[in-house]
Amino acid sequence: MTEAQDTPALLDIRGLKVEFPSRRGVLVAARDVDLSLQAGEILGVVGESGAGKSTIAYAIMGLIEPPGRMAAGEIRLKGERIDGLPREKMRKIRGKRIGMIFQDPLTSLDPLQTVEAQLVETMRTHLPISESEARARAVELLGQVGIPNPAERVKNYPHQFSGGMRQRVVIALAISCEPEVLLADEPTTALDVSIQAQILDLLRKLVRDKGMGMIIITHDMGVIAEVTDRVAVMYRSRMVETGPSEKILTHPDHPYSRSLIAAVPPADHRIERFPLVEYIEKAGDEQAKLDLSTHWLGQARDFGSHEETLLKVEDLTMRFMTRPSLIPSRRRYMTAVDHVSFAIRNGEVFGLVGESGSGKSTVARLICGIHKPLSGRIHFAGEELTAFTSRRAANHLRRQMQMIFQDPYSSLNPRMKVRDIVAEPIRFHKLASSNAQVRRIVSDLLDHVGLGASAALRYPHEFSGGQRQRISIARALATRPRFLICDEPTSALDVSIQAQILNLLKDLQEELGLTMLFISHDLPVIRQMCDRVGVMQHGKLLEVAETESLFTSPRTDYTRHLLKLMPRMKRAA
Amino acid sequence: MSAADKQDAPQSALARFFDSDLWWSFTHSPVVMLAALVTVVIIFSAVFAPWVAPYNPFDLAQLDLMDSLKPPAWLEGGDPRYLLGTDDQGRDIFSTILYGARISLLVGFLSVIVAMLIGVTVGLIAGYAGGLTDTILMRIADIQLTFPAILIALLVDGVMRGLLPGSHENLAIFVLVLAIALSSWVQYARTVRSSTLVERTREYVQAAQVIGLPAPLILVRHILPNVLGPVLVIATIQLALAIIIEATLSFLGVGVPPTSPSLGTLIRIGNDYLFSGEWWITVFPGLGLIILVLAVNLLGDWLRDALNPKLR
Amino acid sequence: MLFFIARRLAQSILVMLTVALIAFTLFQYVGDPINNMVDQDTTLAERERLRQELGLNDPPPVQFWHFVQRVSHGDFGVSYRLKKPVAGLIAERFPATMELSLISAILALGIGIPMGVYTALHRDRLPARLFMTLSLVGISLPTFLIGIFLILLFGVQLRWLPTFGRGEVVHIGWWSTGLLTKSGLQSLLMPAFTLAVFQMTLIVRLVRAEMLEVLRTDYIKFARARGLKTRAIHFGHALKNTLVPVITIIGLQVGSIIAFAIITESVFQWPGMGLLFIQAISEVDIPVMAAYLLLIALVFVIINLIVDILYFVIDPRLRVNK
Repeated sequence: MTEAQDTPALLDIRGLKVEFPSRRGVLVAARDVDLSLQAGEILGVVGESGAGKSTIAYAIMGLIEPPGRMAAGEIRLKGERIDGLPREKMRKIRGKRIGMIFQDPLTSLDPLQTVEAQLVETMRTHLPISESEARARAVELLGQVGIPNPAERVKNYPHQFSGGMRQRVVIALAISCEPEVLLADEPTTALDVSIQAQILDLLRKLVRDKGMGMIIITHDMGVIAEVTDRVAVMYRSRMVETGPSEKILTHPDHPYSRSLIAAVPPADHRIERFPLVEYIEKAGDEQAKLDLSTHWLGQARDFGSHEETLLKVEDLTMRFMTRPSLIPSRRRYMTAVDHVSFAIRNGEVFGLVGESGSGKSTVARLICGIHKPLSGRIHFAGEELTAFTSRRAANHLRRQMQMIFQDPYSSLNPRMKVRDIVAEPIRFHKLASSNAQVRRIVSDLLDHVGLGASAALRYPHEFSGGQRQRISIARALATRPRFLICDEPTSALDVSIQAQILNLLKDLQEELGLTMLFISHDLPVIRQMCDRVGVMQHGKLLEVAETESLFTSPRTDYTRHLLKLMPRMKRAA
Repeated sequence: MSAADKQDAPQSALARFFDSDLWWSFTHSPVVMLAALVTVVIIFSAVFAPWVAPYNPFDLAQLDLMDSLKPPAWLEGGDPRYLLGTDDQGRDIFSTILYGARISLLVGFLSVIVAMLIGVTVGLIAGYAGGLTDTILMRIADIQLTFPAILIALLVDGVMRGLLPGSHENLAIFVLVLAIALSSWVQYARTVRSSTLVERTREYVQAAQVIGLPAPLILVRHILPNVLGPVLVIATIQLALAIIIEATLSFLGVGVPPTSPSLGTLIRIGNDYLFSGEWWITVFPGLGLIILVLAVNLLGDWLRDALNPKLR
Repeated sequence: MLFFIARRLAQSILVMLTVALIAFTLFQYVGDPINNMVDQDTTLAERERLRQELGLNDPPPVQFWHFVQRVSHGDFGVSYRLKKPVAGLIAERFPATMELSLISAILALGIGIPMGVYTALHRDRLPARLFMTLSLVGISLPTFLIGIFLILLFGVQLRWLPTFGRGEVVHIGWWSTGLLTKSGLQSLLMPAFTLAVFQMTLIVRLVRAEMLEVLRTDYIKFARARGLKTRAIHFGHALKNTLVPVITIIGLQVGSIIAFAIITESVFQWPGMGLLFIQAISEVDIPVMAAYLLLIALVFVIINLIVDILYFVIDPRLRVNK
């Protein structure tokens, strides 16, 4: 290093390169990474999945799984090189000088040991303190991370804590030896919004109080805006831009950062379409406008009725058995949907929003017949769905409603070719007269969702998440539905892909005059997509309002609470 | 990798196979390739035993008691006509091994197929139906699992003997197949059930429900192809186990009759001559059995690791 | 805790009743019990009287109830083949099988578990690869062949060890033990090893697979990231978590040793229950078959109960409610 520095940075990474050799060649997970972290600073590393963010954290800890290896670069902690240290020396740095927090609190703790045992063991490994001192400090630590009743809770096992509380325990473990650097790898991704905000607050407070430096790795621009001082943007294993968070969020230099930030749905106003993010992935080609009078998708669109209300849900209730037993009195139930009623007008997009476990997805599955309700009625197109005794009798109505699922990796049968996946509903409902016609319709549909007809002969695993979601949409359109249920259609996708898929859904809705039930936990997404919104909590529907009025004048405390937690990014005008 | 890397035309099924990790791990493991070769050679020479074997040990016209109890060809007193020696009736050991392997493999394959059919059906139904059906089926499986396969097979065999006292000899092979199959279907059922439980919650199954497909169609078209991977692995390992069980039962004298001996029967016959020094009558069929089972087990082991890369 | 045990007990009783039903069905429908008790010139009237006496004309549920009552008092009837009470036959042979199985189980567990842990922790080292290869050979060796090869080598060629029987036994009450005499111990050596090999290799592979699974979990990664010592991670965290699923299966394995003793006893002419059972099968001696089946079921049920209680002690997720 030629540049002279008075005090070396707390953590300094130069020219880091991490490789994973495999039989198909060497995969470079991170290259040319330069980073430095000062004490008391929070540095964000942001990027989409597979960009190589987590690799950096594992490289710093010296925990890259073989055959992966650090191929180049150096890592310094207070000026002293720590990469390539002997194992025992590196072990003494881990936990003692650098702490790390993992993504999933449910799997990060040893299920067979009490929280106390795990804390005491960690401290006694690194610090010269006695058993009883360590115990006292364990209680103190739990208090610091905001666990009520620490003296009692310290004797508990991990399974006795909720997800958010477990993440606090994980944090307590990571900071138990007062490390100088804290690495947090997606620390809030597995948690609900309201818990997320608390954990971020806690981390920020700890860093400030203890003068630690923290690197927080995330895909979530909201988290970046919330807590970081500086941010580094990663794209395809490279670091494309580093700078103060304020500047990157408002005036990013690199085209990738620009498109990434443009793709984040704004929380404070509704936009027509998301700006196209061509830099990121060859986006779906803009499809030509359809002439519904001639196109297959437009045929038989006359569903007979054009009533004002397409779907009406009355008093819907559903419960799951949480403890099955032969003896009815010993069974335990969890009420997932509790007397929910609402109606969706023809041609509108109706949103359902709520945290995980609020019952919104269960409502969707009740409507499309995957689950059976305990009580209540569902009317669709003037007929009562819940009155049909057999699935077969309701098939003509089922054909008119289709669903798009959350997880693009599990919503397509991995053993079927894309052509057969999309053709299945056409064949089953006998919507085409010949095999040749089926084939033509399938390539039409694939073309229309921006995939190109050549996709038909491939298997799902050959496609990326966004492309798979397009296949899913093509399959849903294949029955020529009039009602589309979208259950968190983009929550498993990177933000830039999310923008493309939301654009596609908007276009289709407009073109085909679809009615939609759009389910999401993400308020900004809801604001972009929906005409009216219902808010759910603990299985109950709390309020239903026009989207804009919900955001500007919420009526219930819970809605206000959710809105308050919604990440807001400052943007360039 | 994602489709961005392969914008070229989709691969054919064969090309995909030769590009797969399965094929790669096969061609990079000499032991596995050897095991495959050995298995193929044994199966081939067993199936074509009448043409491959130098003698037909069950053709009384070819037997000569003068040739009985000859040691292997390379030992003193050995006869170059009988490579591995002869047994008490003058039968060529090498030929009896080939004919014996035929019976062993026949019983092995048949019982694996029967067990697989029972197990996969029960597993699919239990996993997909859930509730009481699942509880009852799996309780039965649990209870059976507490008893080792060999005991169940012995018991089924014993019961059959009681039920069909006269005709047992003729039906011996089928009784044996049934006994082994009934003792090993649980493995398939449990695995298929747990995979079905996982697959059932996948969204592609829900997508099929939303399309309106009836349950049997969903089971056969969507779930079945996705649970077959582990079944293949179990079938391979169970083939080895079935051959062992068959040999054991025959050794214990409750398997196939001595008129059409399997490897186990041959070992039983030879066991009587162990103490009088004619060890080759036992040892060579024994070695044949071990080589066959070891080769199949190696294949099964490789298949399990290759289909489940995280287990390595 | 009490509820947990009570439920397990109820399940065990259910299992025993199921097995009893199977045994009872054997009696009912396999062969004619009367034919096996009388000779050719018994008159039809006498046979009928015997049927009445034995309750064979009662409706099946009643008969089953009587059967369960008799069995729970240890009355299994009379062996068709040996014309002696089955309970006595079994009691005579019980110690031989138990001693053989116990020593084998100790061998299998004592060698199998450490080998499994070793091969999981050092899976790329040469000894680990060697152990894995050996274990594959182990599961490919039919038990009876191991026995035969051992007899051939140590009995026939080297003449070091006896090839059949239990040797000299000492009687302590009704229990006869071979563990206290030299010839008894010598006789035990080969059968116990033969019986242990298969179970041992299964245990090695099972422990290794489970442990590798545990070593990949997040909590082990997190333990590494906290800088805990490797020993503490491997033996404090990983091993204990490995044992939870392993205990259940090991319980079953230990139980099946007793059943597998059938083969070993047959090879070494070991005077245990397995030998009795094999002879019963070829002669369709139903009372002996049924009694053996019930006894084995009982052993399994007891082992399962012990395993459940162990499980309960180790895993706090069962013990402590939220």
